[in-house]
Amino acid sequence: MSVAIANYGAGNLRSLLAALRRLDMDASATQDPAVIAEADHVILPGVGSAASAMATLRHTGMEAALHSRHAAGRPTLGICMGMQLAVDETEEDGGIACLGLVRGRCIRLRAERVPRMGWACVEPWGEAFYFAHSYSVNSADAVATSEGVTAAIVAGAFTGVQFHPEKSGAAGARFLQQCLSAA
Amino acid sequence: MPFCRLIPCLDVADGQVMKGVRFRDLRVVGEPVELAARYSEQGADELVFLDITATLEGRQALLAVVEQIADHIGIPLTVGGALRTLAHAEAFLAAGADKVAINTAAVEQPTLVTELARRYGSQAVVVAVDAAAGEVTTHAGTRGTGMRAVDWAREAEARGAGEILLTSIDADGTKRGYDLTLTEAVASAVTIPVIASGGAGSISDVAAALRITQAALVASLVHSREDGVTWLRDGLRAQGVALRDV
Repeated sequence: MSVAIANYGAGNLRSLLAALRRLDMDASATQDPAVIAEADHVILPGVGSAASAMATLRHTGMEAALHSRHAAGRPTLGICMGMQLAVDETEEDGGIACLGLVRGRCIRLRAERVPRMGWACVEPWGEAFYFAHSYSVNSADAVATSEGVTAAIVAGAFTGVQFHPEKSGAAGARFLQQCLSAA
Repeated sequence: MPFCRLIPCLDVADGQVMKGVRFRDLRVVGEPVELAARYSEQGADELVFLDITATLEGRQALLAVVEQIADHIGIPLTVGGALRTLAHAEAFLAAGADKVAINTAAVEQPTLVTELARRYGSQAVVVAVDAAAGEVTTHAGTRGTGMRAVDWAREAEARGAGEILLTSIDADGTKRGYDLTLTEAVASAVTIPVIASGGAGSISDVAAALRITQAALVASLVHSREDGVTWLRDGLRAQGVALRDV
């Protein structure tokens, strides 16, 4: 099975690649729309800022490729900002249009301390994962929450998680294994 | 609110983890990747690596360590010490760090905080504040700045920092407890997370800091025992501190 990580050019893909390698998955980072369209599984990673990520997805042609694979029912996993990019729009960076693979909006987090940083329980799964975010998603497609915040959404072939499975130790590895082997 | 965070800090010089008292009298406590694996296994919530050599060689040695840790250990990793330029910070993020901690460079060039936050997101930018008698110091605690820690923390937040790593140099390595007054003052001055650092000598010291700020750095306390993190976590939970299950 091939896993392609959409590389929109900011930050740390190494730990995600390493997490997949530890699960014996053949993963690589790419900006090639043809690879994004056809890979068994695509991961939209969770680093950087929304505006620059959207700009890169657009000018590389990855945006169109993500739409075509989603329409064809090929699975995509969005992690943290990667999930936030999948909805219709975000308040980040002054408000921008996102991919619209999933109905919903991404809004500035209202919590005691922002960024919301640390391990928190995800319900109904009953396990803790690592979160580091300043925005959160409101979507009718939410399937799990954490302290009132959307923790996971599933819409067709798209799965999004607000937490970082690649940074969530054994629980995160189990999640990745399950999510990617379901492809 | 997420669980409290227990964060072992590994001071690295020449590829070895060191620990000193008030930033001096360094001694070797172990091999970084081995310690990181052990702490992760025992339930550390994150890890912080600081290069304490502030030399090119030191930075290169730490880059190699960060790559190995990112490849083998799946918990969040912050790297700091001797990050003077955007390029230094970017090298560590590319090597697998999730966050970079900047200290002297942030004071000398505050726009660096904003630039990093704009590129990588605030959650990747930790401003490390070393305070002596409430005053911000730079260059590993050797130079005063005339700035109050509380004021600088507020400015760092406004410039895009996602966390403050607050070290009391007066308390560091003394094992007499965190500087709770300073921690309280900074934690109430900002709305970003604040990590208390410096001075933990007992489980109760860590519990006291976590009641104020929900995140604490620990070094000597966990370096000194084989089961360090397990022992500390069990003790904290016995005192009613909310930590995740591992």
